[in-house]
Amino acid sequence: MAKIIVVTSGKGGVGKTTSSAAISTGLALRGHKTVVIDFDVGLRNLDLIMGCERRVVYDFVNVINKEASLKQALIKDKRTDGLFILPASQTRDKDALTHEGVEAVLDELAKDFDYIICDSPAGIEQGAQMALYFAEEAIVVTNPEVSSVRDSDRILGILQSKSRMAEQGKAVKEHLLLTRYNPTRVASAEMLSVADVEEILAIPLLGVIPESEAVLKASNQGAPVILDTESQAGQAYEDAVSRLLGDEVEHRFLEQTQKGFFKRLLGGK
Amino acid sequence: MGILDYLLKKTKPTSSASVAKERLQIIVAHERSHRGQPDYLPLMQQEILEVIRKYVEIDQDQVSVQVDNADDCSVLELNITLPER
Repeated sequence: MAKIIVVTSGKGGVGKTTSSAAISTGLALRGHKTVVIDFDVGLRNLDLIMGCERRVVYDFVNVINKEASLKQALIKDKRTDGLFILPASQTRDKDALTHEGVEAVLDELAKDFDYIICDSPAGIEQGAQMALYFAEEAIVVTNPEVSSVRDSDRILGILQSKSRMAEQGKAVKEHLLLTRYNPTRVASAEMLSVADVEEILAIPLLGVIPESEAVLKASNQGAPVILDTESQAGQAYEDAVSRLLGDEVEHRFLEQTQKGFFKRLLGGK
Repeated sequence: MGILDYLLKKTKPTSSASVAKERLQIIVAHERSHRGQPDYLPLMQQEILEVIRKYVEIDQDQVSVQVDNADDCSVLELNITLPER
């Protein structure tokens, strides 16, 4: 039976798709058969981030409307074994996703896969609600910035009231993923710290992804940043995947990497 | 004036991150208290406020309307602070 995990945030542009791509790739790399679904109907982008945009023939809405089979619509990732992408439709609006339709697709996927990652669109409308409704776990992607934190809290409220788990009287397992973290700015008290965000949102921390040039580079190339094993962002996503699988891994990249004042004073570049 | 500003700034360095945290804590707590409440509440609160204002002068934040859901009944809680006479 597959585990359904939604990657959500409320606010746009915080790194939902980047995180969905990285985490699903990470899960597949560790031998878990994983499918990542783009719920952003009309504004699909997961295909670009995963580097399979030219291989999209059928999409999620085609499968829901029974115009194509799941097998036809699923795109097999070329880099990572056991990873599949179900792209969103680019032409229809978000209301194309129905409860019954989404449920049928998820049920069918659950037979074959270990993990189903739902990449939510921004906002709290139909598409976003559909992405989180069936989830057992939620990764709430947040930037250390006021509007993002507030919107994350809003989405947590929706997870706790409008998800299937909530309707069954159960709780969705929540994870905080703090992205675009800049330790230097945190050190100079210009940016909310991990502790600040944890205190406000009060959910367990899955990972902290440092702001990194590697993320743009990865999206330019259409290769999930987790494959860039040299980069801090890639390594931080690796750690997050380990924690998602239940391992206890210490958080890295929370401190400034620059040399301290005394070190600079004592020489060395 | 410029020097004064500079000196004041020097002696009282409030970091922008701590301002952000404080503002967030307030707004998030406020929004959480309204979570799951019916959509008609803000409008009802406004109308109640207007009725009271016919008789006493009170501010927006002196009226609080809240719905609490206990097992099988909902309780509408109305809290009005009247000014001292």
